[in-house]
Amino acid sequence: MSDKLEASIVLEGVGGQGTLIAGKLLGILAMKLGLDVKVSEVHGMSQRGGSVITYVKIAPEVHSPIIEEGTADYILSFEEVEAVRWAGLLKKGGVMIVNKQQIKSLPVLMGQMQYPDNVIESLRENADPDAKIVEIDALSLAMETGTSKTVNIVMLGALSNYLGVDEGLWKEAIEEAFAAKPKTIPGNLDAFAKGRANG
Amino acid sequence: MADNNVGEGYPRMEIMLGNEAVARGAYEAGVKFVSSYPGTPSTEITETIAKYDEVACEWAPNEKVGAEAAIGASIRGARAMTCMKHVGMNVCADPLFTASYSGVNGGLVFCVADDPGMHSSQNEQDSRHYARASKVPMLEPSDSKECRDFTKYAFELSEKYDTPVIMRLHTRVSHSRSIVQVNKPEDITVKEYTKDPAKYVMMPANALKKHIVVEDRTRKIIEDTQANGGEAGMHRVEIRDTKLGIITAGAAYQYVRDAVPDASVLKLGMVWPLPEGLIRDFASKVDRLVIVEELDPFIENEVKAMGIECEGKELFTLLYEYSAAMIRKALTDLPLPVKSIDTDKLPKAPGRPPVLCAGCPHKGLFLALHRLKVTVTGDIGCYTLGALPPMQAVDAVICMGASVGMAHGFDKATDGEASSNTVGVIGDSTFLHSGITNLMNAVYNESSITLIILDNSITGMTGHQQNPSTGYNIRLEKAPQVSLEKLCESVGVYPENIRVVDPVDTFGTEQVIKEELGKKTVSVIIARRPCALIPTGRAKKGINVEVDYDKCKKCGACGRIMCPALIMGEDRMPVIDTEACNNCGLCVNMCRFDALKKGAE
Repeated sequence: MSDKLEASIVLEGVGGQGTLIAGKLLGILAMKLGLDVKVSEVHGMSQRGGSVITYVKIAPEVHSPIIEEGTADYILSFEEVEAVRWAGLLKKGGVMIVNKQQIKSLPVLMGQMQYPDNVIESLRENADPDAKIVEIDALSLAMETGTSKTVNIVMLGALSNYLGVDEGLWKEAIEEAFAAKPKTIPGNLDAFAKGRANG
Repeated sequence: MADNNVGEGYPRMEIMLGNEAVARGAYEAGVKFVSSYPGTPSTEITETIAKYDEVACEWAPNEKVGAEAAIGASIRGARAMTCMKHVGMNVCADPLFTASYSGVNGGLVFCVADDPGMHSSQNEQDSRHYARASKVPMLEPSDSKECRDFTKYAFELSEKYDTPVIMRLHTRVSHSRSIVQVNKPEDITVKEYTKDPAKYVMMPANALKKHIVVEDRTRKIIEDTQANGGEAGMHRVEIRDTKLGIITAGAAYQYVRDAVPDASVLKLGMVWPLPEGLIRDFASKVDRLVIVEELDPFIENEVKAMGIECEGKELFTLLYEYSAAMIRKALTDLPLPVKSIDTDKLPKAPGRPPVLCAGCPHKGLFLALHRLKVTVTGDIGCYTLGALPPMQAVDAVICMGASVGMAHGFDKATDGEASSNTVGVIGDSTFLHSGITNLMNAVYNESSITLIILDNSITGMTGHQQNPSTGYNIRLEKAPQVSLEKLCESVGVYPENIRVVDPVDTFGTEQVIKEELGKKTVSVIIARRPCALIPTGRAKKGINVEVDYDKCKKCGACGRIMCPALIMGEDRMPVIDTEACNNCGLCVNMCRFDALKKGAE
């Protein structure tokens, strides 16, 4: 099944949450499947605390690196308000996995803007019946592995329930992605398992 | 192209950024020397080259310096490259135009990255005009594979036609990862150098003859690349349904393929000079010819000048990035994708405007400028953010180095009066890039400006690159260090007018600015403190500012600094985000009631 995989995956969140590394890991996974892949990111002006987005497109042949409105099969939202910001990308029948984490931006902290309540409920209320909104507490699950840094891999674990890619291949991709920091591999494998069990 | 030196472990497939693939292509081509100034979205090219130990690789103080060094290396016989963002090409245009006449010895490549949509730039210029104006061939890859292939080919092309070659990238190509076949690098060889003033000394008698060579060269390149882009097959004719034919290049090609998959396409790999015969042939095969290109109607105007009927900018905008949906809408009646979530009914998502980081040394300075209500001519860097609320301290930003020149212009426009309440603000890297010549001018022409150099010991906005004032080179080895104080003194700033302050001491800084504004001669204030994100500027883990809530009078003064690590509670008492706090102490300096205390380092 997975060699026929075609998936447009959006990873979005706040600078510092590890969306870039998660995007790279999906790129490695696609290569292991023998598929074409493009991972697009925007650098600069997105220092700590900015809204960040990475597009991953996997298919036998990928052209544009950008995922446009109504075309994302999967959205991994690392933060609640970012889920609202990018919700328009989700296509009919798509799956959105939302980390319950809230990171308040300066206008919110300064009381100039309101952080919205009940984000996940309003996403569900306003989504097509065939769309799926999945809620996950990725930060708590990551903390169980000893560090908040594995939030991104928890999110990928949750995604793995939908992609239909062999679990062993995911593990190989994680090992390869963190080959330069071998000490972090067990924690990341653990994070992946926790995401997979809870997504 | 010569790509058959397959060795052990090669070829192999890797996923890389467009920028990394350009670096890989240059490395495989045996590049000997790369000199660049950082600039988004081009920076990772040179950073990746720096990882190849055998290549001499450096950060230059500006793009003109980088280009001239690369030209020298090329004349001496080495393959050489210089990389920059689009506005950097303005800075190195001077050497480019004449290197076009002199030609090369070792292959010479200029790599320029445009930024349609201005993700991190001050304008949206289209650098293709430089290729036509300087009469230099320009290649435009559309993904990482082509970044590697075209760069490798660019060096061959450069030597074959005795010309510099420009590689044009842009954000979506530079910063997208895709699969690249990696081959064994060629050995670095440096050719013989033979004295040849008729070729390399561009004075009128020689340049008159070289101009003929340049025009012949362009004609020859067009002839040779007419069929398919030359030996490398850089142009690609994809005949599908002939009702619609599209000429395109770069990232726009990728959008076209998604938008109208059945259309016939002429994908240009070289966007200057254009293959007239190939274009005529393609145009004759399709019923309707449309040019799809981001930014200016560069290809379109050329095609129209050939007398070929086509459509272009009457369908598409001159502005920003394109998308598949936009192209589909303009060219077909096909339905556009439908959203799954009714976003109009969702709550409003509060924005995340770019802010100065917790512990950012620029913050204390801008607070001082805000209090002084002075006019600020600004410059390019993180400190451009001083223009945003709450400080709104910056009045004008144009380009690298302009803060100093504009302050001088304010002075001269008012016979010196404006200098009593105007300051120029510039970073260390930007000052060395092109502020120093402006400072020299201000001293020489007896200005009374006050210039503030924000010396945070790094090139910050582009992601922390070293520069001549930091004491380290691109490979983070110790390097000779420019003293900003001595440099300013050497161009004639009086030593007593050169002041060094710690911007976290915002009130002390304010006092020094006031004193220097009162002087009738040029002053330079160096606001010195390392960027909070580099090792020398980072506080030790677990050390942060603490709040004594018994002493807090809820005055709100600490909240005014808008530090991301200081959260103002509803009771107007501050809460410190201990993870984010860098223990700089700016909030401590703001508090008149001793309620905030720096953690002991």
